[in-house]
Amino acid sequence: MDARIGIRNTKSMLFKGLIVFLAFVITLPLIIVLLYIIKQGVMQVNWHFLTHVPAPEGEKGGGIANALVGSVIIVGQSSVLAIPIGILAGIYLSENPGTKLAYYTGLCVDVLQGVPSIVVGIVVYFWLVKPLGFSAASGSIALTIMMLPIVIRATEHTLLLLPPSLKEAALSLGVPYHRVILKVIVPCGFAGILSGIILSIARIIGETAPLLFTALGNNYLSFAVTKPMESLPHIIFTYATSPYDDQHDLAWGASFILLMFVLFLNIVTKLITRKWNIQL
Amino acid sequence: MSMSPSDTSNKKKPKKDTVANATVDGTIAGKEQMTLMKNKRLDLSYVQMKWETVFRRILIVMSVIMLIVVAGILATLIVQSWPSIKSLGIGYLWGKVWDPVNNVYGAFPFLIGTLLTSFTALIISVPFSYAISIYLGEYNTKGWLSNLLKNTIELIAAVPSIIYGFWALFVLVPIVRSFEMKIGVAPYGVGVCSASLVLAVMIIPYAASLGTSLIRMVPSPLKEGAYALGATRFEVIRSVILPYTRSGLFAGILLSLGRALGETMAVTVLIGNTSAIANSFKEVFFGPGNTMASVIANEFAEADHPVYLSALIELGLVLFFVTVIINLIGKRIITRYTHH
Amino acid sequence: MEYSVVSATNFNAWFGDNHVVKDVTIKIEKNQVIAVMGPSGCGKTTFLRCINRMHELIPGATAKGSLKLYDDDVYTMNPIYVRYKIGMVFQRPNPFPNLSIYDNVVAGYKLNGLRMHKADMDHIVEKSLTSAALWKEVKDSLHKKGTFLSGGQQQRLCIARAIAMEPEVILFDEPTSALDPISTSSVEQLFHELKVNYTLIIVTHNMQQAARVSDKTAFFYVGELVEFDETKTMFTAPKDIRTQNYITGRFS
Repeated sequence: MDARIGIRNTKSMLFKGLIVFLAFVITLPLIIVLLYIIKQGVMQVNWHFLTHVPAPEGEKGGGIANALVGSVIIVGQSSVLAIPIGILAGIYLSENPGTKLAYYTGLCVDVLQGVPSIVVGIVVYFWLVKPLGFSAASGSIALTIMMLPIVIRATEHTLLLLPPSLKEAALSLGVPYHRVILKVIVPCGFAGILSGIILSIARIIGETAPLLFTALGNNYLSFAVTKPMESLPHIIFTYATSPYDDQHDLAWGASFILLMFVLFLNIVTKLITRKWNIQL
Repeated sequence: MSMSPSDTSNKKKPKKDTVANATVDGTIAGKEQMTLMKNKRLDLSYVQMKWETVFRRILIVMSVIMLIVVAGILATLIVQSWPSIKSLGIGYLWGKVWDPVNNVYGAFPFLIGTLLTSFTALIISVPFSYAISIYLGEYNTKGWLSNLLKNTIELIAAVPSIIYGFWALFVLVPIVRSFEMKIGVAPYGVGVCSASLVLAVMIIPYAASLGTSLIRMVPSPLKEGAYALGATRFEVIRSVILPYTRSGLFAGILLSLGRALGETMAVTVLIGNTSAIANSFKEVFFGPGNTMASVIANEFAEADHPVYLSALIELGLVLFFVTVIINLIGKRIITRYTHH
Repeated sequence: MEYSVVSATNFNAWFGDNHVVKDVTIKIEKNQVIAVMGPSGCGKTTFLRCINRMHELIPGATAKGSLKLYDDDVYTMNPIYVRYKIGMVFQRPNPFPNLSIYDNVVAGYKLNGLRMHKADMDHIVEKSLTSAALWKEVKDSLHKKGTFLSGGQQQRLCIARAIAMEPEVILFDEPTSALDPISTSSVEQLFHELKVNYTLIIVTHNMQQAARVSDKTAFFYVGELVEFDETKTMFTAPKDIRTQNYITGRFS
């Protein structure tokens, strides 16, 4: 009897050992990737790198100013579109659960969350690029579509967690519905919505596929949103697959910058969720 | 119960206000000012009512935008792939040859490429995602180590896919190449094998974070019942926790699979971009290939023939349906699971 | 006969097909404390929520019949205006967590976008908090968040918030059921002081509370108003057998 218990305990310990090993060993690839990118990228980054456009093929030097500016413009435009639409649609979903429209909107949000980014890219190509030509604006639209479901769900889930008594308190003071929502409900759920927004920006800033056939790319610094524009993920893709070592170096530098952006945004999200103790 | 303000009530209320003030607000200083304030409030409340309706409409319009976007995506895909559906028919899906130069289009190589990379990645990832779920959900639910691991796993999903692809192209591919030389297959390096390995890491967070929260939701009376009978931790996990969370963990795997099927950039960089099918499984697995997503990314820009372009979009349409259905099934299972 | 502030005639309310308030006729006079009691699910809270038109905010909820504030039918008035005139205090204290104590008191003005002079606002805050017996406790921490206060203080803050709007009537929906005994007695104390200026309608589960604080008591049973009388009479010589059974504890 004792021996059997011993075997069972050993089995249990072995299993735990296996689980712990598997759970932690999988962080290795991530750590290796992060360290490698940092090692390769950090040497590239300097003032020149951040303020100059790429050098012509085969030449040394140059930077990624065009991609930095482009990413900020493209993601900025997407945010301007996706944040208000996303928050308002999220409010609708949390305020009208059980209606037909809420059901189908929720379904569409789920669908959009599952759509591969390349599909969004080709669809926006037919909507905007084919009639109007490649442009940063069309890239922004594609990224907006990627961003919307995250903002909507974050808003919806945050607002659903607020106690209904808050809304009743405001309504009982004669506050009209739109002010109840905008001045009480949304401010109370502000932290949750904000972290959803930041998370969605972190998600789309690294998206390449939707930009391949929309914003395209541009070797020069451009501020025109109706013209092609470079972006960080796109410059990495272009130069990663090029045969020149100098361009690889640019791509490592760009990867480092992009990674830092994403890490920073994720840490901000974490800090917000921890400070206000929100579940996303 | 009509909410619309009638003119008669509009005229009457200010009068009532003065009555009320005379009796109730007698104690307040600046009585007239208060009365004025109330009349202002009354006027304002009618303006507010209009805004209320406007606001509700705006909310509805924003929701409808979502419907329009999804319907638009679907319609665009169908319309644009119509030429190919019409001229190539259903046989397109299992046509083995993809040769745009001679106007022959068969999607089979990409279906195989997609399924092979996705399922290989899935098989590699499942033990890890289960281990993470069990570790974070059962062994170590609180504390800094648990938080650290949880955040690290979430970070795996946060790193852009193009960065994984770029890194793997320069670090993983040479390793795979030397391994291929050892086992005696053509040492391409790039191909299904490299793509699957990277994909496996990338999709782990989706199943792992869902699995963690589901395992944490297992009611403790269930576990305590088994412990009380003298079960070891392993036995509790095997015979209580895993059966209880089975459908939820399966949903997590579906979500991971959905990600793997639609993943584009890392795969595009690593898959090798070949549309021919090799003869033996070994060559298929270690040799270059193409997935549905990667062939779109690689060839969309150069598709000069209408049927060529349309055939690529039909791939997008298939991809859309497959990923959406897998995702919706996964979500449905989760909803049903968490409502119990 | 005093002037009645709130009067209902053959008033009915439904949740979908569920008839929760049946043919209620009641006249509530000025500057009195009215206790509304009855077993759970008897429609007392629903009736209360009908008075300031909060009932209709629940999907599927409907109401029919006449319900008047002075001479005006509440259901032809602008609901926003009705809620200015009829304040409400809820079961659980619900100060706005994003606002300071000060802003909570004037929330009814601020959230409605009414611009006011700072001096007027200060005056309203001080007066309302004094009426709610909270001024002394919070006057030095007006700019802290309302959620810092204890449960009883929060509930008094909610009362101050309702008073600040200068309503005719204040509705209380089981205002002390989430409070400890000491906070409860401080809120009950307040009722006596508030009835000098306002008419209070208090839904309560607690018969002792009804007996302690109210001038008149209404007894609801399965949606009907069974009896409405002076509280003393009600508790000593109830006319209806159902009231008698409830008061003597046959059911609850």
